[in-house]
Amino acid sequence: MNFIKRNQSLNFVIFFFLFSLFVTIASELAMGLLSTSFVKVLGKTLMLCLAAIALDLVWGYCGILSLGHMAFFALGGYLIGMWLMYERTKEIVISAASEQLIPLTPEETKEAIGNQIFGVVGGSDIPIIWIFADSLIIHLLLIVIIPGLLALVFGWLAFRSRVTGVYLSILTQAMTLALSLYLFQNDSGLRGNNGLSGLQNIPGYGNLTQDVISVIFLWLSTFALCCGFYIASIITKSKLGNLLVGIRDDEARVRFLGYNVELYKLLIFVVTAIMAAIAGSLYYPQAGIVNPTELAPIASIYLAVWVSIGGRGKLIGAVLGAAFVSLISSFFTSGQIPNIDFWIININWVDWWLIILGLSFVSITLATQNGLFGLIEKVKERVINK
Amino acid sequence: MKRFFIFVGVMLFASASVASDKDLREFIWTNKASFHKSSSKTISPVIDSLLELNSGGTEKFLLRWLSKELWFRKSDGLVVTAKKLEKKSYKIFDVIDEQLIDVVDKKKIKQIKPNSGVRAIISSALVQFQLLNADPSIRSKTLDSIARKPEERFRLPLRKAIEIEKNLKIKNRMIRLEKLLTVRFEKNISQRVEVIRSLKNDLGIDVRGVLNQIIRTALKAEKVIPDNINISQILEPETGAIDQYDFLETNHSSTIDGSFTDLDAYLMLVKEEKAPEILTQKKLKDILTQQAEIGNIQREEAHSLDSYQKRNRVLNRLIKNGKVEPVVSREDMKNIVSQYVFYEEYAESSREVTNAATETLNEINGRVSVFSFVDLILEGLSLASIYFLAAIGLAITFGVMRVINMAHGEFIMMGAYSGYVVQLFVTNYTLSILIAIPVAFLVTFFAGIVMERLVIKKLYKRPLETLLATFGISIALQQLAKIIFGTQARPLTSPEWLDGALIFNEIISISWIRVAIFVLSIAFTIILIYVLNRTRFGLETRAVTQNPSMAASMGVNPDQINMFTFGLGSGIAGIAGVGIGLYAKVTSELGNDYIVQSFMTVVVGGVGSIWGTLAGATLIGLLQKVIEWFNPSNTLAAQTYMIIFIIIFIQFRPRGIVALRGRAAGD
Repeated sequence: MNFIKRNQSLNFVIFFFLFSLFVTIASELAMGLLSTSFVKVLGKTLMLCLAAIALDLVWGYCGILSLGHMAFFALGGYLIGMWLMYERTKEIVISAASEQLIPLTPEETKEAIGNQIFGVVGGSDIPIIWIFADSLIIHLLLIVIIPGLLALVFGWLAFRSRVTGVYLSILTQAMTLALSLYLFQNDSGLRGNNGLSGLQNIPGYGNLTQDVISVIFLWLSTFALCCGFYIASIITKSKLGNLLVGIRDDEARVRFLGYNVELYKLLIFVVTAIMAAIAGSLYYPQAGIVNPTELAPIASIYLAVWVSIGGRGKLIGAVLGAAFVSLISSFFTSGQIPNIDFWIININWVDWWLIILGLSFVSITLATQNGLFGLIEKVKERVINK
Repeated sequence: MKRFFIFVGVMLFASASVASDKDLREFIWTNKASFHKSSSKTISPVIDSLLELNSGGTEKFLLRWLSKELWFRKSDGLVVTAKKLEKKSYKIFDVIDEQLIDVVDKKKIKQIKPNSGVRAIISSALVQFQLLNADPSIRSKTLDSIARKPEERFRLPLRKAIEIEKNLKIKNRMIRLEKLLTVRFEKNISQRVEVIRSLKNDLGIDVRGVLNQIIRTALKAEKVIPDNINISQILEPETGAIDQYDFLETNHSSTIDGSFTDLDAYLMLVKEEKAPEILTQKKLKDILTQQAEIGNIQREEAHSLDSYQKRNRVLNRLIKNGKVEPVVSREDMKNIVSQYVFYEEYAESSREVTNAATETLNEINGRVSVFSFVDLILEGLSLASIYFLAAIGLAITFGVMRVINMAHGEFIMMGAYSGYVVQLFVTNYTLSILIAIPVAFLVTFFAGIVMERLVIKKLYKRPLETLLATFGISIALQQLAKIIFGTQARPLTSPEWLDGALIFNEIISISWIRVAIFVLSIAFTIILIYVLNRTRFGLETRAVTQNPSMAASMGVNPDQINMFTFGLGSGIAGIAGVGIGLYAKVTSELGNDYIVQSFMTVVVGGVGSIWGTLAGATLIGLLQKVIEWFNPSNTLAAQTYMIIFIIIFIQFRPRGIVALRGRAAGD
């Protein structure tokens, strides 16, 4: 028991390592128990868990309910998607031109890529924001830099003017909405509501089949989740973590003790935004497509819902909530459960699932402050006390 | 010749000499071949002479012809009307006096079927009769069709009709239409100019259309400007663009900022085949591919040509060897351009007319932009009143109680659906709206109270969790509505007296529904201000807002006050739903569209103040319309900039436009 408590993050890593190993063995690569698409669902779920950890850090520990973290998440997806789509299109263009007598010049290649990618939004020029799209390294850096910068500017503006609590939530929601509306435009340079697609293929490795790619991404996701968890648990256990909890519980008092509250809030806001972006950059290659609906404010609220159901203020709780609710959601909405036809009541689970989710969510919020994880702990305590 | 006929026709009109039926019958008999099988090319002179004949039966005859009621007898070609008697035999009648002529076998007669081109000519010939028709709606419809397809031939009938028209509204339309036709077709220049100038107070879009057509210009290039043409301006190509032109570009860039460069001039000459084409990379590649195919370039060399420099080098070599025609140089291009004069020529040949049109159009456009601005403000205010309606309930629950209600949008939706359900039972729309308003209020009032008792009351100390719990309710309610009412939009029909629009002139107009929403929001403001400031309930609400425990010690029951305040806010959302449902489609996602805007409105306006909400809604509504005005094609961009503006606005006034002072401001 003591071992478990002391080495929580080690346990976490071991658990997910074994989990990935199990999935790999059961996947179509080896035993074929789990379909490729299900492996992808699992991989995506891991990344949602990482996003949940990020939100838990900023909300559960620091008390900032950000309704913008899914925007950072999708932004990460967009940034990796740009590279994936550009390079993939380039491959297609070059292979299509290989039969011509005279090879393409770099300028002609670019033009052809532009036509391919932006034909759907009635353009052919490659917008300026795509200038680094042929470089993976720069785009990997951008996944950190751009969401980080956006979080920095927005956070600085918001915290500086002492916007707190519910106001801040609304403001972050507005930011998300603005970003998604912006991306919905055709002239945003990111293909409007079509979004970026065909992200499931890895450029340069055209011979890899999807079952291999899905397992690769599963391991990458596991690695990222474990790193994220480790970093988060270091933060929460450090002095910084105590400070964050202090800010959550009484911001004014921490400020009067001489700490620069805004600075710490900004720090945690930016760090978690980057975390969410990295999660997104691994999520969307598994999803295959990223479009502006992914940024809709409702996505961020769902994330908050997961964290709150799982139990905020506990990293494990966030992971638990995200995994549990997102998996059960995709289970219910997949149409696999037979509909109930009883007398005049006709229950179609795809329709009724949202109602069940909404109501169970209300009751969990009412019943416990710490979600499912809190509930488990409470039960455990009672058992031990008896 | 045609003009002569028309002239004769007018003379006949004037002398009111009406040809007899006999003449008409005679005419049809002599021209029977033209009627049997008509083509749009040959029929016009026949119809013209038919009109010139001016017989009383002409209109009827044309109408019958148009509706395919005419037949002809195969034996002698007599044009008749026919009626089916029994299976295969028809009665045939005289085409004019409808006397029975004969009963014949179906095979003996043949129906006359004019094709669509002929039918168009017939209907335009009918116009002069329809303009005099006793039914005003037919006259009005005829005017519509003339306005759609103006032709010179309608002018005379129109003038004739104006003289005897009694209905003032139709008469004014006729006069206006006649003017437009005059502007277009009148040959007498001074008369035309006079009419053009008289149109300067007319803001109609058709007037602007006609005037714009007159001053339409075409860009032309000639070595010498021909005499006797009406030139708008002579363009001097700006030099330099050819020098800067990058031959490596894959496409020509043409004018960007509206200036006319020497490159544009040259490209225009190329298009008119007055100058040789410029070598583009695409063309260069084609040439080289062609050369490689016929063997002038080695295969390996062709495979190495992956840059423009390499390609150009090979091209120069081929030119030197005489394999390829030399390409045009910059100097050549400049030389060719300098040989030409570029000018814009009016399609209209008279200088006075184009001048008058330009001046009149400028005057009209000046007025139009002023009125457009007024219209913009009106639209902004209308949008503001919609935002206000959506937000005011929230201002009470969020502002007064510091409770964030994500299900507020769903209360709006519930209100709209209540209206829809009421309309299912009450078919009189005026009555049903009057019933729907209190029904919607009651439904959402009780829904709000139930929600307050079951959920919100338990979360007063945890505002962020209220947000999430109410969000849970919101998705459940939305889905429930989807299951009950389906995904398609349900109509909430407005009463007839709200149809149409309040029209000030051609530019400024606002639909009555929007006016009604505007009135509704003003009524809300007054009622709420009264309730909160002048009633016992308002007093207690404010007391609980400012200091619940102190209020409790003075005998106010905060618990009860909170419940009723929440109910009131929700009920108002329900009424807002009826208003919004009238103008937007009622779907389960109705509330979703307004929720973020509503929060913005409350936050910008200042929490806890009705005046603040009003100010916030006005600011947001006006600003959104103004931003849309700068970029009308893109309402998404307008919303994006709007939100960015709000985020920045919060920096400077974190507590909104109307900030509460004193103890009430403390969080």
